[in-house]
Amino acid sequence: MKFMITAFFFLMSAAQAKTFVYCSEGSPSAFNPQITTDGTSHNAAGLTIYNRLVEFKLGTTEIVPALAESWKISKDKKTYTFKLRKGVKFHTTKYFSPTREFNADDVLFSINRQLLKDHPYHMVGGGSYEYFTGMEMDKIIKAVAKVDDYSVKITLTEADAPFLANMAMSFMSVLSKEYADMLAKENRKDEIDQYPIGTGPFVFQKYQKDTLIRYERNENYFEGAPKIEKLVFSITPDASVRYQKLKTGECHLIIEPSPNDIEAMKASETISVMEAPGFNVGYLAMNVTKKPFQNIWVRKAINHALNKDAYIQAIYQGHAVKAVNPMPPTIWGYNKKIKGYDYNPELAKKYLKKAGLAKGFETEMWTLPVTRPYNPNGKKMGEMMQADLAAVGIKVKLVTFDWPTYLSKSKVGDHSMIQMGWTGDNGDPDNFLNVLLGCSGVQSGSNYSRWCNKEFNRNIKIAKSNPDIKKRTAYYLNAQEIFNKEVPWVPIAHSIVFRAMNSNVSGYVMDPLGGDIFKTVDIK
Amino acid sequence: MLRYFFKKFFHVIPTLVGISILSFAVIRFIPGDPVLIMLGERGANPEVYAEMKSKLMLDRPMHEQYWYFLKNAVKGDFGQSIVSKRTVIEEFSDRFPATLELGIVALFFAVIIGIPMGIFAALKRNSFFDYALMTSSLIGYSMPIFWWGLVLILIFSVKLGWTPVSGRISINYDIEMWSGLMLIDTLKNEITSEYGFAPFWSAFKHLLLPSIAMGTIPLAVIARMTRSSMLEVLGEDYIRTAKAKGLPWRRIVGLHALRNAMVPIITVIGLLFGSIITGAILTETIFSWPGIGKWIVASITARDYPVIQGGILFIAGMIIFINMAVDMIYALINPRMR
Repeated sequence: MKFMITAFFFLMSAAQAKTFVYCSEGSPSAFNPQITTDGTSHNAAGLTIYNRLVEFKLGTTEIVPALAESWKISKDKKTYTFKLRKGVKFHTTKYFSPTREFNADDVLFSINRQLLKDHPYHMVGGGSYEYFTGMEMDKIIKAVAKVDDYSVKITLTEADAPFLANMAMSFMSVLSKEYADMLAKENRKDEIDQYPIGTGPFVFQKYQKDTLIRYERNENYFEGAPKIEKLVFSITPDASVRYQKLKTGECHLIIEPSPNDIEAMKASETISVMEAPGFNVGYLAMNVTKKPFQNIWVRKAINHALNKDAYIQAIYQGHAVKAVNPMPPTIWGYNKKIKGYDYNPELAKKYLKKAGLAKGFETEMWTLPVTRPYNPNGKKMGEMMQADLAAVGIKVKLVTFDWPTYLSKSKVGDHSMIQMGWTGDNGDPDNFLNVLLGCSGVQSGSNYSRWCNKEFNRNIKIAKSNPDIKKRTAYYLNAQEIFNKEVPWVPIAHSIVFRAMNSNVSGYVMDPLGGDIFKTVDIK
Repeated sequence: MLRYFFKKFFHVIPTLVGISILSFAVIRFIPGDPVLIMLGERGANPEVYAEMKSKLMLDRPMHEQYWYFLKNAVKGDFGQSIVSKRTVIEEFSDRFPATLELGIVALFFAVIIGIPMGIFAALKRNSFFDYALMTSSLIGYSMPIFWWGLVLILIFSVKLGWTPVSGRISINYDIEMWSGLMLIDTLKNEITSEYGFAPFWSAFKHLLLPSIAMGTIPLAVIARMTRSSMLEVLGEDYIRTAKAKGLPWRRIVGLHALRNAMVPIITVIGLLFGSIITGAILTETIFSWPGIGKWIVASITARDYPVIQGGILFIAGMIIFINMAVDMIYALINPRMR
């Protein structure tokens, strides 16, 4: 009898445990968003286990309170005071049980580990914080101070408007100081990046190398416990295998379905497909420090010579929007007035004549060696571009390298024309215009056209220093005008991003920044 | 025998040093900078970049880096992965059992099917069966693993629903790894008392398709090798003598012919273990198998120098060790070899 009762309860609990399986594409490099840059770790740790002071509102890039209830900005725009939420609990796991709730010490610990070179945790895990330094937070933040247990003051070196958007990014996640102290005492500091303790919607259970990650829902989550009880990341690197697993019901939701499978998925009754405009731009950069691309007429001619509509049909299979500006239309500050350059080979020839190159010229184009949402097939696009340019007299030799070589060589400016792209980090125009076209990007290598225009740079710099969105918008509109006149790139497309899921999945909202968030997901 | 062993053993050391220099140098000669790759499309601030380079010791001259690597390797320290920041040994030992399990099952599959197939073809030489078996083994040999794996998934998982698509075990079972071999760990008491044999069965079903995909090429090689080796032995004088003595045919084939034919087959099986590792690279990617093949490929793309150096050295060491073992067995069987 006793056995029967236990068996009954066992079956009950087995039937009730709602497990959601997400088929992801790779293994996270660590479970701490401070030290990782890959999208996989962002999904596996930043969005599931952790929270930040401010976060992006689900499905938008709007910044909303999270671990901070509210914040105040001083008059000189250099001091931000965050008022922290009370009653937030850190996760309880097999390896740690918190004795206190989240407070200002945790915020200080999380920022100072990255900021201060002499912080006891700074060198743990190698001591390089690529995202923190990449977004220049080490230069922007002067100091972090605790006002009381539930308020924190961050002082900046200069007024910096994108700062708040940076605060919402994964690398600004808040870790538990109590846990860190315990590990330090037991001389196991390294474990902080592998066995995470956060405040987020899911509690880390177990990671089986390259196979799966297990989570349980956080019953004490401050926004309310998620609907699914268990969450599993099933690591499946091959896109067509992910699709097969979705068909057999081994996954509820898959990341990045192959564009070739989208139509078949849409036709299936058991699979539903969601799409959203991607927060990205695919472009062809012309290296303005090399001949003949220093000549504005050559750049204009190339802009008129390329038939973007044809690329969108052939390369993106129609799943993209034609690009005019160097950032996607879904971002605030996008200049709708600019019409861009239409496909017009005759005009292109005329401009080449103006540049003194009536007979055309010979050059090289580097084609993207990897599949990226902003460019699914660099080689094929290169061939189409080659034909378009040949029609106006420009002979192009297509060149490519493997991805690591491609990046290393192009960051020092070895290329003439190069296919590149970008996916936004924080929903701020600065993250496109400054990173990709600002003068400082020439030295750091993210400005692939190596174009440094004083007027353009002045506009984006002023915009960066002013938190007032209306005023910033005006400067960004200007900057886009200058870009359109000078055209250091050919902006090509903003691709549409897809997620495919079992039709019994509900409550999933696509994140414009490309992450996967499961706190609202349910299975029917 | 002992002298022979030591002679062999001293050949291993220069080979390993040679391999370590090669894997060390080749990965550094291919362009691509691990620090820049980590940053992706984004740029690198020159000071931070220099600092990161120096932390990884990549700003030192190459011979200095190699000396540092060698000095530590002798002490058993192969460094830390640039990407995961864990030690190379930890990373390797986490993944190796998965590849070993898959490799053993794949080779087992190749042997139990390949050898009877070869014997049968040799006995029925020039018959329809012989041609059919040899043609299909040629097809098996030329099959691209990547494509073959997907075909197997489409037929057996999607159409028939017999096997799962990929992975090592159903997500319903949370198995604490002990030996690292799923087929063994699922038979432990605490697992069987909780779930019965269902986890073992699940692990077995997950192993089927990848081991078929990975075992197909070795199977073809073994079948062809067995056939030709059997044919050669069957033509020997002592077989004719045995026949003339009136021994039953089954006894002649089973005892006299097969035993002698096995010598080259065993050598081939030993050597095939090396090619199993090569097959693992593709098989593991398709079937999401958490082994070292997938790990090495990912590390090459990320230019994770310590992992590539260490990983290649481990794999090479293993293959050398297996070859040495095969040589030793050979020497035991055939004293003329020593």
